[in-house]
Amino acid sequence: MGFFLETLFGGLMAGMLYSLIALGFVLIYKASGVFNFAQGAMVLFAALAMARFAEWFPKWFGFESLLLANLLAFIAAMALMVVLAWAIERLCLSKLVNQEGITLLMATLGIAYFLDGFGQTLFGSDIYSINVGMPKDPAFILEGMFEGGVMVSKEDLVAAVIAALLVVVLALFFQKTKTGRALRAVADDHQAAQSIGIPLNKIWVIVWSVAGFAALIAGIIWGSKLGVQFTLSLVALKALPVVILGGLTSVPGAIIGGLIIGVGEKLSEIYIGPMLGGGIEIWFAYVLALGFLLVRPQGLFGEKIIDRV
Amino acid sequence: MLYRENGQFKTSYAADQQIFPILQDRWAIGLLLLAAFVAMPMLGSEYFFRAILIPFLILALAALGLNILVGYCGQISLGTGAFMAVGAYAAYNFMVRIDGMPLIGAMLLGGLSATVIGVLFGIPSLRIKGLYLAVATLAAQFFTDWAFLRIGWFTNNSTSGSVSVGNLSVFGIALDSPVSKYLFCLSVVCVFALMAKNLTRSAIGRQWMAIRDMDVAAAVIGIRPVYAKLTAFAVSSFIVGVAGVLWAFVHLGAWEPAAFSIDRSFQLLFMVIIGGLGSISGAFLGAAFMVLLPVVLDQMPHWLGIPISTATVSHLVHMIFGALIVFFLIVEPHGLAKLWSVGKQKMRLWPFPH
Repeated sequence: MGFFLETLFGGLMAGMLYSLIALGFVLIYKASGVFNFAQGAMVLFAALAMARFAEWFPKWFGFESLLLANLLAFIAAMALMVVLAWAIERLCLSKLVNQEGITLLMATLGIAYFLDGFGQTLFGSDIYSINVGMPKDPAFILEGMFEGGVMVSKEDLVAAVIAALLVVVLALFFQKTKTGRALRAVADDHQAAQSIGIPLNKIWVIVWSVAGFAALIAGIIWGSKLGVQFTLSLVALKALPVVILGGLTSVPGAIIGGLIIGVGEKLSEIYIGPMLGGGIEIWFAYVLALGFLLVRPQGLFGEKIIDRV
Repeated sequence: MLYRENGQFKTSYAADQQIFPILQDRWAIGLLLLAAFVAMPMLGSEYFFRAILIPFLILALAALGLNILVGYCGQISLGTGAFMAVGAYAAYNFMVRIDGMPLIGAMLLGGLSATVIGVLFGIPSLRIKGLYLAVATLAAQFFTDWAFLRIGWFTNNSTSGSVSVGNLSVFGIALDSPVSKYLFCLSVVCVFALMAKNLTRSAIGRQWMAIRDMDVAAAVIGIRPVYAKLTAFAVSSFIVGVAGVLWAFVHLGAWEPAAFSIDRSFQLLFMVIIGGLGSISGAFLGAAFMVLLPVVLDQMPHWLGIPISTATVSHLVHMIFGALIVFFLIVEPHGLAKLWSVGKQKMRLWPFPH
């Protein structure tokens, strides 16, 4: 039982990271109807920027403080993501208005490729670490209930708190601010929003920046846990089954879908994996999503897809 | 002046509907084939065959298959690598397990196996589109990656996980030199290109295009979406599977699942986009572009005398491809093939464009 719970926690933590990536995906889809394939590349790019800036700034400006370095790196990386959002909107999306979804999907695939190459040219392609002072030692909980308790890493707990905070902040931003209201209006109906004077282009820059922010947070959490490297970009492809499962248009769906995928992956690897020869983690999420697509294409929480003739 | 169809009168429907209705085009394609079949084997060096021509031909064939699905039928696929892998491993098993299986037989059976898997993963396309379908085909990609790595039966329980074939021969002619391999690939590609061209000109090709342009309207005028989509998946994965067999048997010789990873799928999709969605010549142009660009970029620093590491070159290639994809999607969604046909159109009127 203790082992089962540990696996469960491990799965929840992995799932949370998928959720964070999926979140950026859902934000962009809701606001602009673009399937953003580049979210994974954005996570990699943001994490690379964060790791390298934190390494470079102390050298350039001659200070020692880790906190200051991280803070400055965070601001710089965020600024970079905003610039990126602006560039993507200006150079790519604004030229592709009114194109079919499949064209936009392929365009974001191009952006993903570009970002992969660009990030590694700028920041180098080794494995970098992000040290934001996360606690690394394990903690034991529920010791009263089982022999030896259940081991969870404190780092994971901190990460979970940060992720929850991020969701709360985003929810507040969307519900309480004027910009958030404009974003929701655009998500509901582009043309209606435009007709009452909401500038679409500006909204898209904002929403891509917010997705960049989510990517940065995901990149930092992932990077401080496992190091920043190219595979991050591929792992982020897991966000696709997550959004399929949760529903493309639903923020809670992204969170819950991520957790389901994370837990399902870990549990199936432990309990079904040995029967099939192991390593089923790499396809479990996709096949689960495929099965889901056949039964319920709109996902758990998505809006029903209605095609008009 | 040279490229003009004045005076070429068609007196029968057959003459009007042939693939190359203009005399100069027929001459050009004839010369091209002559050069490819006769001049190339005499002139090319071994490196040229091995590193450029053979990969180009095989990838062009795979891109051709993918183009039928993406360009003609409008169904996006990120699992091309998987279908290539299915073709390659199936053909390998037919070769190993059946005595005296000829190469061409194994190749066609490999293609048929890829067809079966392709149709299987194409079934979701009846209900879903766009991104959803992309995820379904991604499932195919990751699942086959895993299956060929972990299930020993497919690799004939090879301990290293990699399999190899040797002593290929076709009709008693051994495929041991680069030239003979090149000629074999070229013949296969020519046959399939002709077949694909004719398919896309026929009723079924027009059904695919109707589905691509608007599926509801196509259904209204009596095209069965199920039939059209699944045949597109079948034909596409058959060609892709055959390309997979060639890639594994002729180009690589010994291979492991990593040869057909998701990067291969993306590479082929990019070829189709850059070359031209919905055109046969586009597959060739795109493949030529994608094969040549890394080679040129690799050589460029030597010519210019600037030292660039190989890692940087591979990142630059990533960046250039990414930027080009976006560029083509914005500026010319029909890719290099469209530029080519625009150029031809201009030629017809030159030098009096009015």
